Amino acid sequence: MEKFTVHTGLVVPLDRSNVDTDAIIPKQYLKSIQRIGFGPTLFDDWRYLEPGEPGMDHSKRTPNPDFVLNFPRYAGASVLLGRENFGCGSSREHAVWALTDYGIRAVIAPSYADIFFNNSFKNGLLPLTLPAETIDQLFREAQATEGYQLTVNLAEQQVVTPSGEAFGFSIDEFRKYCLLNGLDDIGLTLQHADDIRAYETKRKQAAPWLF
Amino acid sequence: MNFIYSCGGAILRQSIISEAFFVAGKTLYDKVWDAHVVRQEADGTGLLYIDRHLVHEVTSPQAFEGLKIANRQPWRSTSMLAVPDHNVPTIGLEHGITDPVARLQVETLDANCRDFGITEFNIGDIRQGIVHVIGPEQGATLPGMTVVCGDSHTSTHGAFGALAHGIGTSEVEHVMATQCLIQKKMKNMLVSVDGKVGAGVTAKDIVLAIIGEIGTAGGTGYAIEFGGEAIRDLSMEGRMTVCNMAIEGGARAGMIAVDDTTINYVKGRPYAPQAQDWDAAVAAWQDLHSDADAVFDRVVRLDAASIQPQVTWGTSPEMVLPVDGKTPDPANEADPVKANAIRAALKYMGLEANMPITEVQVDKVFIGSCTNSRIEDIRAAAEVAKGRKVAANVKLAMVVPGSGLVKQQAESEGLDKIFIEAGFEWRAPGCSMCLAMNADRLEPGERCASTSNRNFEGRQGQGGRTHLVSPAMAAAAAVTGHFADVRAL
Repeated sequence: MEKFTVHTGLVVPLDRSNVDTDAIIPKQYLKSIQRIGFGPTLFDDWRYLEPGEPGMDHSKRTPNPDFVLNFPRYAGASVLLGRENFGCGSSREHAVWALTDYGIRAVIAPSYADIFFNNSFKNGLLPLTLPAETIDQLFREAQATEGYQLTVNLAEQQVVTPSGEAFGFSIDEFRKYCLLNGLDDIGLTLQHADDIRAYETKRKQAAPWLF
Repeated sequence: MNFIYSCGGAILRQSIISEAFFVAGKTLYDKVWDAHVVRQEADGTGLLYIDRHLVHEVTSPQAFEGLKIANRQPWRSTSMLAVPDHNVPTIGLEHGITDPVARLQVETLDANCRDFGITEFNIGDIRQGIVHVIGPEQGATLPGMTVVCGDSHTSTHGAFGALAHGIGTSEVEHVMATQCLIQKKMKNMLVSVDGKVGAGVTAKDIVLAIIGEIGTAGGTGYAIEFGGEAIRDLSMEGRMTVCNMAIEGGARAGMIAVDDTTINYVKGRPYAPQAQDWDAAVAAWQDLHSDADAVFDRVVRLDAASIQPQVTWGTSPEMVLPVDGKTPDPANEADPVKANAIRAALKYMGLEANMPITEVQVDKVFIGSCTNSRIEDIRAAAEVAKGRKVAANVKLAMVVPGSGLVKQQAESEGLDKIFIEAGFEWRAPGCSMCLAMNADRLEPGERCASTSNRNFEGRQGQGGRTHLVSPAMAAAAAVTGHFADVRAL
């Protein structure tokens, strides 16, 4: 997993609440058996004027000029500003793979759906939470200022605006540690293999029908 | 000190100072969680042991690939049960899957299950069907288990007093490799549906009404226990419908206490405990309910008698109306973000503000999905369809049973004939038009009465318009051509 330490990037404001993972990556692309290549179809229904299918050359499709990701000023954005309940719905991790493949490194929103939130940390995407008033302010600033960038410092747990204003955010220690070090948590869990075996031995006696 | 307030019979905690001088009882969620903790870290994260891992073709290939790359084996392959469902065609199965991309995904599941010694119900096996239908049907979902699957509707299995989470593909790989999930304990919410529902009001109406009440993010961070007389009165099929949609209220897990209804359903199923194990299991399952003095972080109460048949009008499951309701008017919404969401949803759905929902005509009807494709759902729809005809303006009304065994049962009761005589199509099992990964889908602008779980933009096909309803209400829409109160037919 790619490490996340400090990231400075262009901000794209997606001003919609309850953005669901069906919208982030529609179902037809879930037929892929790979983890890569989902970036060109991120937000596919909103992003292109004609319907998309797997196997198409998406660079030949017509971008929807009204969709914020297609505004020239947001080309190359790597920080996505969102609204409440971002990533709700389906558990598809393809939604996170699409965001990271597109180049998004951090999402900033007032709240997230649980499964999307979990999936993000497994892929080096930082979903950070700030209060709704702060999010409102960042939306105003990002919309008012072309080239608006934010710096996300994970070690310091801070988001810093171009004017130097800093907002602290909280994060679980374990998740922070894994992201900062780019750690695969399967390896970490397998360090406790003896504990897992001991649990199984005890459980088998109490509830043999589970094995 | 903890102050305990009695809230209509349930207990709501307000922690003033965290001094443990009162030891409260446990919730059902607390009990199942505690029984599965392998390790507890200081920050509240637990390593949770997983009893049952259900697998389907869409969210597993990258996880199997990860195992192979790292040269790892599944920790306990007998805990896994696999089935293809999302991509499976519901018609013309004798030709196999014609879409090569979908076919490769199903073949990849077949190959992975062979390579790793995992039981799979392949296409053509009578036991094949939607993963959340076949688990309970086989007795592979048992009370008190922890159950995971790379699918958000895994919450379904909580109907058995199990702790069932939807997980992403990285977590699928983690469970395969370690038999554990790294999880932070959730908060406890009780949703109590008190009293009895009226005639013609089903589990689907109950859960849509709950989501309308708490909102689509209302359960985020919680495990929801559904309780109250109206929940206890439900069959296991109905309870699965309710728990299935916990995720549409934001909760990763929904749960219902174990009682005789649960135990009678499980008894004798292929994967259920047998002989002495059965007696020991039933004895252990008696404790799978919240203690009388259990403390919930949030309690929500609904009066069952006030719940009417429900129809969603918008693009989020919380955008729901009783059947006699009208679409909302953004002009009456003070919050600008919410007013914008109403405006955008009305526009996408091709509706005006203040429209009675019964005036909305439908183009297609879909009866199926992990929410509503079990035998009781098929029977409820057949009862409405019997002796009636699909309305002329309805282009397609389809019934997709949840598994081969549900299909067989329905056919033995003659339900397929009722549907076919009424002008419905009777299909083979799979996820079908719930998410339209196979050929069953809406065309742009088409409007569907659907018994599935999500009315998101494009969910059933790009530009498609989904209204969520119960099986009886879907059948009523099919035979009248518009949304109609099934109680008045």
